[in-house]
Amino acid sequence: MTNLAIAASGLRKAYQEKIVLDGIDLNVRAGTVFSLLGPNGAGKTTTVNVLTTLLKADAGTVRVAGYDIASETKAVRAAIGVTGQFAAVDDLLTGEENLRLMADLQHLRGSEGKRVVEHLLNRFDLKESARKMAATYSGGMRRKLDLAMTLVGRPQIIFLDEPTTGLDPRSRRMMWDIVRELVADGMTIFLTTQYLEEADRLADQIAVLDQGKLVAEGTPDELKRQIPGGHVRLRFPDAARLAAAARLLTNSTPDDENLTLRVPGDGGVKSLRTLLERLDEYAIDVEEFSVHTPDLDDVFLALTGHSSVEANAQ
Amino acid sequence: MSTTSAPLTDAAIMLRRNFKHTVRYPVALFNAILLPIVMMLIFVYVFGDAFSVGVDYIDYATPGMLMMTVGYGLSATATAVNSDMTKGIINRFKVMDVSRSAVLTGHVVSTVVRTAVALAAIIGVAFLMGFSPSATFAHWLGAIGILLLTVFAVGWLTIAMGLAAKTLESAGFATVPLIMLPFLSSAIVPAEKMGPGAREFAEYQPFTPIIEALRGFFNGTPSTGHTIAAIAWCVGIAVVGYLWARAKFNKRG
Repeated sequence: MTNLAIAASGLRKAYQEKIVLDGIDLNVRAGTVFSLLGPNGAGKTTTVNVLTTLLKADAGTVRVAGYDIASETKAVRAAIGVTGQFAAVDDLLTGEENLRLMADLQHLRGSEGKRVVEHLLNRFDLKESARKMAATYSGGMRRKLDLAMTLVGRPQIIFLDEPTTGLDPRSRRMMWDIVRELVADGMTIFLTTQYLEEADRLADQIAVLDQGKLVAEGTPDELKRQIPGGHVRLRFPDAARLAAAARLLTNSTPDDENLTLRVPGDGGVKSLRTLLERLDEYAIDVEEFSVHTPDLDDVFLALTGHSSVEANAQ
Repeated sequence: MSTTSAPLTDAAIMLRRNFKHTVRYPVALFNAILLPIVMMLIFVYVFGDAFSVGVDYIDYATPGMLMMTVGYGLSATATAVNSDMTKGIINRFKVMDVSRSAVLTGHVVSTVVRTAVALAAIIGVAFLMGFSPSATFAHWLGAIGILLLTVFAVGWLTIAMGLAAKTLESAGFATVPLIMLPFLSSAIVPAEKMGPGAREFAEYQPFTPIIEALRGFFNGTPSTGHTIAAIAWCVGIAVVGYLWARAKFNKRG
């Protein structure tokens, strides 16, 4: 296939005894969003560092934009842009100067450099703060500036390493919009994230990484079919009522210690009403009630048999 | 858009960036000037009369104070390099294929220029305090040459330490030995007046020949032996610092 933006096979990386990547194969089609989903410590950043030539893998081959990362490093670097986990902006320069610096380093000629900088400031809504030092920017603005700096070189493939970690919901939604625009412009996006929702909303293809291994791959829909839906959690005032409810709702899982009952369900209004009406019918008092949509933890539990928190602790 | 990197242009771009930093964050420069001046005032006016070194104490102490100035100026370099590294800015440059020589040379050159400004200020203050060297123009050139060579050498070492440090705090701390070493040299008092152990250390550590070489130039009696030793130390430190910094910069896991 010639339209692969990234083709990696058999990637391995270990630090002393600790295996970080244990034979990873990745295929990313050009012009799509590929999301690498996994908890902290799964090996996401290591994967990005290998694919972006910052780190040498112990084994495996990678072609990025058609070039081999080991023997054609320069060509790879010319084709990619990377926005890391922490906004790599120069705090003591203004937003405009940060972009200028990138334009200068890309050897864009004076007027062209100016045009590119101006365009990016407008596009990312940074015009007003262009002459303020980046140190004064909010988290969301810093990420925007970081991404704008990455775009100065007009890369074909952009690597976004946890672009929304630590951002407030509004800034997160803004980043999602930007990613969609970039793909619409024909770029390929390689995105890592800890959030299932993010991968679900943005990605054409998702790969789930756990302890250096890919445990699942597919479209968001394919992946979601493999995992149980959400659930409703009910809390009862005492053990007797918990037991009664557990008898009534046969497919539920009681937790005697916390007096809670986990009832599988999609969280839709209709099914919730049915559930509550049944409890009412049998006069079982519910103290607390919450709806849980599937999150990364559910995916992990379903795919690996352990939770992402456990994976984290290892 | 050219894909061939132009190290010289890139180095100039980096240098401009570092100068902007100095202007935006002048505390670094003030630290490098103010602290040595305070030290000089303390040593010359408070302790000076208690040391008998055979000449006016200000004339004895100035070369050592200049060495301390070099040391104080370095923590700014170490923290700047470290923050580039830990904040991912160096990774950004690496992915853009900016040559390591451009990034690191930018830091070395700005260190040398910033320290030169501090050194000039300290020499000015020394003159105000009665510093009266018997150096000719050629001797001055020799002294300036030794000073700049020293900054260049320890500058490379500092950059390597800044790249190697895991945190900003440890990067700043890494330069403390360079600040302390002049105290254990002939900067404040002659080595032969020190106790056993300290004396041997002072005699064989790099700052002593460097300071003695400076003293020779300022007194108008250059010492070939000390000057050669000083240059040899500087070249050695520069080579070690450069190789270490290069290895740290190029490290790919």
